[in-house]
Amino acid sequence: MSQPGVPSSGGASTGLQVQNGAASSLGSPYVNGPVQNALMSSQVSVSQGYNSQLPGPYPHLMPAKTSLNPVSAQNNYGGSQTVCTLSNYQGPGQTLNRPPMVSNPVTTSLHSGPVPRMPPPTSQIPAATSMPSGSFLAGVNLPPPLNWQYSSPSTGSQTNHCPHPSSQPSISGNTNVTTNHQHVFSGDPSLQNSCLKSGSVPSLVNPPATTFQPGTPLGPPPVKGPPPVRALAPQKSSHSAVLQPSFNSAINQEGGTSNTSNESMVVHNSYDEIEGGGFLATPQLTNKNPKMGRNVGYSYPSLPPGYQNTPLPGTTGMPPSSLNYPSGPLAFNQTPVGANHLTASVHGLSLHPEGLRVINLLQERSMLPTTPLQPPVPNLHEDIQKLNCNPELFRCTLTSIPQTQALLNKAKLPLGLLLHPFKDLVQLPVVTSSTIVRCRSCRTYINPFVSFLDQRRWKCNLCYRVNDVPEEFMYNPLTRVYGEPHRRPEVQNATIEFMAPSEYMLRPPQPPVYLFVFDVSHNAVETGYLNLVCQSLLDNLDLLPGNTRTKIGFITFDSTIHFYSLQEGLSQPQMLIVSDIEDVFIPMPENLLVNLNESKELVQDLLKTLPQMFTKTLETQSALGPALQAAFKLMSPTGGRISVFQTQLPNLGVGALKPREEPNQRSSAKEIHLTPSTDFYKKLALDCSGQQVAVDLFLLSGQYSDLASLGCISRYSAGSVYYYPSYHHQHNPVQVQKLQKELHRYLTRKIGFEAVMRIRCTKGLSIHTFHGNFFVRSTDLLSLPNVNPDAGYAVQMSVEENLTDTQLVSFQSALLYTSSKGERRIRVHTLCLPVVSTLNEVFLGADVQAISGLLANMAVDRCITASLSDARDALVNAVIDSLSAYRSLVLSNQQPGLMVPFSLRLFPLFVLALLKQKSFQTGTNTRLDERIFAMCQVKNQPLVYFMLTTHPSLYRVDNLSDEGALNINDRTIPQPPILQLSVEKLSRDGAFLMDAGSVMMLWVGKNCGQNFLNHVLGVQNYASIPQTMTDLPELDTAESARTIAFISWLREQRPFFPILYVIRDESPIKANFLQNMVEDRTESALSYYEFLLHIQQQVNK
Amino acid sequence: MVLPRGPRAAFPRCPRRCSSPAMAFTFAAFCYMLALLLTAALIFFAIWHIIAFDELKTDYKNPIDQCNTLNPLVLPEYLIHAFFCVMFLCAAEWLTLGLNMPLLAYHIWRYMSRPVMSGPGLYDPTTIMNADILAYCQKEGWCKLAFYLLAFFYYLYGMIYVLVSS
Repeated sequence: MSQPGVPSSGGASTGLQVQNGAASSLGSPYVNGPVQNALMSSQVSVSQGYNSQLPGPYPHLMPAKTSLNPVSAQNNYGGSQTVCTLSNYQGPGQTLNRPPMVSNPVTTSLHSGPVPRMPPPTSQIPAATSMPSGSFLAGVNLPPPLNWQYSSPSTGSQTNHCPHPSSQPSISGNTNVTTNHQHVFSGDPSLQNSCLKSGSVPSLVNPPATTFQPGTPLGPPPVKGPPPVRALAPQKSSHSAVLQPSFNSAINQEGGTSNTSNESMVVHNSYDEIEGGGFLATPQLTNKNPKMGRNVGYSYPSLPPGYQNTPLPGTTGMPPSSLNYPSGPLAFNQTPVGANHLTASVHGLSLHPEGLRVINLLQERSMLPTTPLQPPVPNLHEDIQKLNCNPELFRCTLTSIPQTQALLNKAKLPLGLLLHPFKDLVQLPVVTSSTIVRCRSCRTYINPFVSFLDQRRWKCNLCYRVNDVPEEFMYNPLTRVYGEPHRRPEVQNATIEFMAPSEYMLRPPQPPVYLFVFDVSHNAVETGYLNLVCQSLLDNLDLLPGNTRTKIGFITFDSTIHFYSLQEGLSQPQMLIVSDIEDVFIPMPENLLVNLNESKELVQDLLKTLPQMFTKTLETQSALGPALQAAFKLMSPTGGRISVFQTQLPNLGVGALKPREEPNQRSSAKEIHLTPSTDFYKKLALDCSGQQVAVDLFLLSGQYSDLASLGCISRYSAGSVYYYPSYHHQHNPVQVQKLQKELHRYLTRKIGFEAVMRIRCTKGLSIHTFHGNFFVRSTDLLSLPNVNPDAGYAVQMSVEENLTDTQLVSFQSALLYTSSKGERRIRVHTLCLPVVSTLNEVFLGADVQAISGLLANMAVDRCITASLSDARDALVNAVIDSLSAYRSLVLSNQQPGLMVPFSLRLFPLFVLALLKQKSFQTGTNTRLDERIFAMCQVKNQPLVYFMLTTHPSLYRVDNLSDEGALNINDRTIPQPPILQLSVEKLSRDGAFLMDAGSVMMLWVGKNCGQNFLNHVLGVQNYASIPQTMTDLPELDTAESARTIAFISWLREQRPFFPILYVIRDESPIKANFLQNMVEDRTESALSYYEFLLHIQQQVNK
Repeated sequence: MVLPRGPRAAFPRCPRRCSSPAMAFTFAAFCYMLALLLTAALIFFAIWHIIAFDELKTDYKNPIDQCNTLNPLVLPEYLIHAFFCVMFLCAAEWLTLGLNMPLLAYHIWRYMSRPVMSGPGLYDPTTIMNADILAYCQKEGWCKLAFYLLAFFYYLYGMIYVLVSS
C-alpha cells in the first residue's frame, strides 16, 4: 500500500526537490523552492517530520530513483535536468487537469513532504550561504549537482514505475538510497558525475540503499511514514498520474541533458554553484502553485504529452495521457531542471490564466484592452525573464519557439524578430574592456544566457561551444571582486554596449560628415521649403551630433549642380557651378566639405543667403541623379550622411524618371507601379553603401514623384524617407510645422556611422529574410552606412534543424557602429525564448503585435513581387490559416463560432486594420506616392509606432479625471481608457483624441460641453473653433492642465513630435479621422464584424 | 519469359546501314558534335553557378561582387543553348529539339521576368540574399547541371547514332 504511494510520493517529492536543486544549482530562478514552501505551510506537520528525519534534504528525493533501472536511470538523468522546464511549462495546462488530482490528497502531501526536507540540507551545505535566497529555502542552497541527482533519480523511478508498476514497492524502500548519491554530488561536481554513472549501472541500484546510509538521516524512512498514509488511497491514480508528470520532466531533462549536459555536467554544477545565488529567490513564486493549479482552468486540450519532446527510448514506452497534467504540482517541483540551461518555466502563463482562455470572437465583442497592449511575456523562469531583452528593442512573433519547422508550418504563424536596435535608451551599460569576450567559433558575445561550466569556462548558448573565460573577465569591475565572471555586467544585462578596440575597425573611425543637397528649381523655390530648412539648420547647427571633426557641406541643383566652397578665410561662401551633368566632376578637391567648427561663420552665412539666392530662378528641370552622383563622389572618401531635399520628379540627366501614375487607377489594386522603374537609384545606393554613405530623402512634392524609384536610394543605403505631400509654406501650414518638428528631430538625433549589424541565433534556426532599410551583405549581416534611433528592422526566421534537444533558444543582434564622437561601439541585444513542442503552446505564446508587424512587412514584399491584391489576400489568408489550424489541431471539441486563443484575440482586428492601412487599402483615392511612403514606413518604423499608425488609440478626453492617473515627477497624467475604433464609440457631446503615432487628432463633437470648449480649447463656442488648429492653448484650468498633461505625456513616449489637429465636423481632415475607424464599414472595406464572419466562414469550411 | 522486341526490331536503321556502309558526316552529326562541345561548356557554367551560390550562402563572397561575376554569364549561357536549339531545328532533329524546348522556354521566361536592371543578367544583389531566392537559384543550378549532364550523354549517343546510321 504504502509502497505505491511511496513511490509516487517519492517521485513527486523528487520532482519537487529536483526543482529546488535545479534552482540552487542553476542559480536559476527556479521557484520550486518557494512553491514547496507554500506547500509546506499547508502541510506543515508532515513536512516537518521529514525534515527532522532527514539529515540532508537530498535523500528524500533519491528514493524514487532507487526503483529505476540503472539504464533508465541514466536516461533520466539527462532528461531530468531538462525536465524542469517542460514540467513548468505544462504547469498551466496541468492545472486544468489538475482538479481531479487535487482530489487526491496524496500528491499534495507528498509535495509538502519533500519541501520540508529541503530546508535541512541547506544548513548542511556550505555553499548555501552564498545564496541570497538561502534563507528561505535550505533546499535552494543545495548545490546544483544535488538537483541533478534528484531529478535523475526521480525521473528514473518514474519511468520505471510506469513500465513496471510492481517494481515500485521495492523502489519505495530504496528511495533513501538515492539520497546518498545526492550527497556525493553536492560534495563535488566531479563526484557527481561518477555517482551518476554508478547510478546508471544496474548493480548500483542496490547500492543506493547502501549509499543511502550516508544519508542515514535520510528521508526515506520518514517519507514512508507520514506520506504513505495519505498517499495510499490515491496511489493508484496518483501513481499513473504522478509517474507521468515525472515522466514529462524526465523527458524534458533528457532533451536538456543530452544536448549540453552530458559532457558538461560537472560544469553545470559549478555554474550553479557560482550563479545559483542570484537566481534563487524568484522561483518560489511560481511554485506557489497551489494557486497555479486552480489557474489551470485553461485547457491544452490537444496538448501532446510532454514527453513527446524527448527522444529517449525509455520515455516512448509511456503512454501520453492527460494524466500527466494533473500531476502538475509534482511537475512544478521538477522544473528546476536545467542544469546548464536556464530552463524555462511556466511562469508567464501560469500567472495569467486569462492567457489560456479560448475566446469566441463572435460573442465577445470588446477584446480591445483599455490600456495599451503589452507584449506577452515569454514563458521563462522569472530569473531568466528578468534578464531578458526589453521587448521594445527586440521581440519575437512567437514567444514560444516551435521545436520543428513542421510544427511551425502547422501553426501557420510567421516566425520572426522585430528589432529596434538603436533606440534611445535612458539606461545603457557601457563596458570598456580590452578584450570583448566572444565565442570562439560563432563569435557570439557573452550574454546573460550562457552557462558557466566552472569559473574558467563558459558554454556558448548559440553554438554550444565551450570557451575559456579570459583572465581579465574574472575580475568584476562593478563589485571589484575577483572570480565572479558571472556577475559582470556583460552577463547581467541583455542589452549592453561595448567600446570596441581597434580590431573592430577597418579604418580609423570616420568623422561625422553631413552633406545637404537641396533642390533649387523653380518648383522648389515655390514651395518655400528652403527657408524653413535653412532656418532649422541654423538653429540646430550646434546640436548636430558630432565633435571637433564634424564636417559639413552643401550642394544645390536644378538643371546644373552648384557647389559651395567654404574655405576658411573666405569672406563669403563661393559658389561653383558644374553644368556638365553627363559626366559630373567635383570642381575642387577641398573645401567643399569643411570642418563645421572652423568654418561655422561661413556656413551660417551660406544658410542665411541660400534661400534668397534662387528666388528668381526660372529653371524648372531637376537633375537629381547627377546631383546624387556628385554628392556620392564628394562623400566617398569619408562616408557620412547625405540629406536630399527634392520637390519634383527628376527629369534631367541620369536617373530621370517619367510620370507613370494613372490617377484613375488609384483605387484599384491592379496595375499600379510599386516597383522602381530604373535601377539607377538602387545601384547608386549600393555604391553609397559600399563607401559608408547613407542617403536620407525628404520629398516635398505636390505631384507624383515616383517615390518607388527614388526611395531606393534610401532603402539600400540605410537612410530614411520623409514625405510631405503638397508641401507649401503658405498653403499648407500643417506640413510646414510637421517638417519643422521632424527636421529638428532628424538633425539632433543620435547617429551611428559605418555600421554593420549581425543577427545570430541558436544553432538550428536560420534567418530567412530581412526587412528594413539596409543592404544585406551576407546571410546574417546587414550593412548600415548610417544607423538612426528611429529605424526598426524585421527578420523572418525559419527552423532549419529540429530543436528537440534544446530548451531555450537565443537571438543576438550586434550593432557595430562609429558614434558621432568617433568611438567605435558595439551594441548587443540578446533575447532568450523557450522552445515548445506542442501547437497549443505555440499559439499561447504568440505575440499578436509582432505578428501583425511582420505580416505587414511580408505583405509589402508581396506587393512588390506580385501585386497589391495578392498581398491583401495573403494577409486575410494568414488569419484564416492560423485560426483554422488552431481550430482543427488544438481545439478538440468543435464549437460553433470563431474560436481563437487569447493571445490572438486581436489578430483579426489588426489584420483588418492593416487592410485599411494606407499601404494596402483599396477603393479609396490613395496617391501612389503616399501609398509607397506608407510601405516605406511599414518597413522602417519600429513596431510600436507602426502599430499605432495601423491601429490608433482612441481616447475620450472631454471628461478626463484624475482617477487612475499616473503620477510622474509631480505631474498628474490622466489615463483615459482606450476605446474601440468605431464610430459607435463617438458621441456628439464629447471630444475624442485619436493617437495615430505620427499624428494626433482631436475630434470635437457638435454638442460638446461648453466646459470643454471654454476651458480646454479656449473658444467661446463650437463655431469659433478655428479651421486649422494644431495647438491647445495653455489655460489656467484644471481641464486644460489635464488634457495638456495627457497629450504631452503621449508625445514624450516617442522620439518624434506628433502634431495635434483639432477637428470639427466640417474639417477636411475629418475624413482621415474617420478612415482610422477600422472597425467600421466603408464603401470598399468590411466592418470588423463582417470580417469576422468572413473568417469564420472560411475557418469552418 | 522473353519480351518481344518490337520497336527495336522495327527500327529502320538496318536497311540504311546496308545501303551506305561508310559513315557519313551529315549536318545532323555536326550539330550533335557542336552540341556536345557546347554542352560541356554549359556544364561548366552550371558548376560555376552552383559554386557561386554556395559561396554566397556560406558568406565567402559579397553579393555585389558575386552578382557582378554571375550576371555577365547569364546571357551567354542562354544564347549558347538557344544556338544549338536552332541548329537542331535546321537539322530537323525533332526529338532532340523537343527535349530542349522546355529549357528554352524556361530561359525565355526567366529572362522576361528578371528584376528591373540596366545591365544584362538576372541577379540583383539586393534580393539575392533572400533565403527563398537563394534556395531557388541553388536548386536551379543543380537541375540544370543534371539536365546538361543527361543531355551531354544523349548528344553523344545521338551523334554516334547519326554517324553510324547515315
